[in-house]
Amino acid sequence: MIRRWLAGIAAGVLALVVLPAGAQPRTIKIGFVSTLSGGGAALGQDVLDGFNLALRHLNHRLGGLPVEVIVADDQLNPDVARTAVDRMLRRDRVDFVTGIIFSNVLLAVGDLVFENQTFYISPNAGPSEYAGEQCNQFFINVAWQNDNLHEAMGHYAQLKGYETLFILAPNYPAGRDALTGFKRFYKGRVIAEVYTRLGQLDYSAEIAQIRAARPKAVYAFYPGAMGVNFIKQYAEAGLMQQIPLLLPGFSADADVIRAVGKPMVGVFNSSHWALELFNPINRRFVEDFRRTYNRIPALYAAQGYDAALALDHGLRAVGGDLGRKAEFRRAILLGFDTTRGRVRFNKNGYPVQNYYLRQVVELPNGEILNRLRGTIFRNHGDAYVSRCRLPDVRP
Amino acid sequence: MPPELPASLVLEQLLNGLQFGLMLFLLATGLTLVLGIMDVVNLAHGSLYMIGAYLAATLIPHTGSFWAGALLAVLATALLGVLLEVSVLRQLYSRDHLTQVLATFALILVFNEGVRMIWGPQALLLSVPPELSRPVRLFAALSYSAYRLTIIGVGLALAALLFLLIHRTRLGMWVRAGASNRAMAQAMGVPIRQVFTLVFGVGAGLCAVAGALLGPILAVQVGMGEHILILAFVVIVIGGIGSVKGALVGSLLVGIVDTAGRAFLPMLLVRLAPPEVASNLGPALASVLIYLLMALILFIRPEGLFPARA
Repeated sequence: MIRRWLAGIAAGVLALVVLPAGAQPRTIKIGFVSTLSGGGAALGQDVLDGFNLALRHLNHRLGGLPVEVIVADDQLNPDVARTAVDRMLRRDRVDFVTGIIFSNVLLAVGDLVFENQTFYISPNAGPSEYAGEQCNQFFINVAWQNDNLHEAMGHYAQLKGYETLFILAPNYPAGRDALTGFKRFYKGRVIAEVYTRLGQLDYSAEIAQIRAARPKAVYAFYPGAMGVNFIKQYAEAGLMQQIPLLLPGFSADADVIRAVGKPMVGVFNSSHWALELFNPINRRFVEDFRRTYNRIPALYAAQGYDAALALDHGLRAVGGDLGRKAEFRRAILLGFDTTRGRVRFNKNGYPVQNYYLRQVVELPNGEILNRLRGTIFRNHGDAYVSRCRLPDVRP
Repeated sequence: MPPELPASLVLEQLLNGLQFGLMLFLLATGLTLVLGIMDVVNLAHGSLYMIGAYLAATLIPHTGSFWAGALLAVLATALLGVLLEVSVLRQLYSRDHLTQVLATFALILVFNEGVRMIWGPQALLLSVPPELSRPVRLFAALSYSAYRLTIIGVGLALAALLFLLIHRTRLGMWVRAGASNRAMAQAMGVPIRQVFTLVFGVGAGLCAVAGALLGPILAVQVGMGEHILILAFVVIVIGGIGSVKGALVGSLLVGIVDTAGRAFLPMLLVRLAPPEVASNLGPALASVLIYLLMALILFIRPEGLFPARA
């Protein structure tokens, strides 16, 4: 009995010594699952580096609370991602999950996160499923809906008046969505719509077909290594100068430019973000990213940075109280300041924002990067939001 | 689509298939010899291709010449292959295939992670040498990439050289003897251990040739070895394990069937089936065509086209 009292008193004294100012602040745990190995590793690394840079700028606090980030590699494998997310939710008890690059991986883990009433803050994957009927109150995408960049390029091709187009994508759901998005805004004649094997290495057969078909322009959606392969071979075949190649920003940002080099110069592409978007957040992000990681950030890095800013904004709005989930979501959807300026969101958690035209240029010092050339869409949402049955968010 | 297929397009696609097939051949030769002679399933073969490409991408800017850099990369990769054989592979000869698969799969992970630590996850830049960056006019209607023609030339030259080496030299005789019956060859005084090391080194060097030559038209990136390794396995299963001739025929078959399938199958289907069916079926069928080919050949000749062990 005495011993128990003594233990209680000791614990009390200890608590007083350690916590002179009341309750200890809670640590926010973030589960960061991303593709960090294999052919998609450059994308995941960009998002992770952007996310970490934002945390550094926020003094390693989100909404004033200290942060712990648990990182896992999904190896672009839905099963691996599911195991990692399950462990994070149950063993590590993370408060938020973020980081996934590929839509097929996200679709495999989404239900796990949502059922646990945990928010998934997407820095990249934006499947149409979660934009329409299956939209979820625990899902927010800070980047775009999968179709958006393709829609922008389709609109550009339409404005530019290309009469005929040859369009290509890998044969998987996001590839089919991409060309659907493109055709939603391009009303000219699509002379060929080619779907290639996912992970295909050699595109000489398709390039020979393009040469024979003589379209006015080509649109190709190939992310990551496939993009590098396709663009290298398109340039090597000498077609860059003959038939304009239009690309979504994914296939024409710093990661691809670094691997393809000079042949990329002149290529037009679409993006929601650009290096020289004029706002203080973007300026600080770009300058510090280049200094810290010694490379030019691709759009993925900006998205990782914005994911951390979204968390910070939401947590600030609820004063760090993780129980106020609806208010957390509402605060983010009403808008916050990102690398693209202030962005607000639709009720399905997808952004309403501008989409820009960029062109790859070579600077006098030999650096090759994207330059802003104009705005394709203003305050553009996605095509699926009308099918989402969540309540509207109004200020 | 034009209603008639122009002959120049057909020819161009055949050249594309030939070029792709010859590169597969460089990978498949090493793989088939290692499996045929040493009886080792070496999954890390694709890693040597990746390392060859990375070394080429690093050495070419240093030397200032594509060919000097590529040659150095090939020699360095061959040396790495020899070291790998002596240090790791040698321990695996007496083990069963499952152990070999596990150990060489571990090597893939080690090499991938090692490359990522040294060069980072971003793809490297490796450009076509400037003297070959212009197309060459073959006929009035057909101009073809000078670089791809060079790849075809190098591939054919190496194939010829390998044939001379294997069919006209003592070393080649030893290699063939080892492939058809290892125990007997050893009993007859063939220095099998040295032959193994040499074969592994040469196989690694050929991987690096493919890596350096394909680098300018494919992404030099972590994981680049795995995709192409699957195709190389298809090639050696079709050609017959342990046979260089089989590897050559298998590679050309796979290269040409794959390219022609992607190029002409959708066109054919458009004429035979309604458009929606054709647009869904075409890519699906074209992408499984080489596996269908493999199944068909295995059905007719379970040992492959040119089995080394008769």
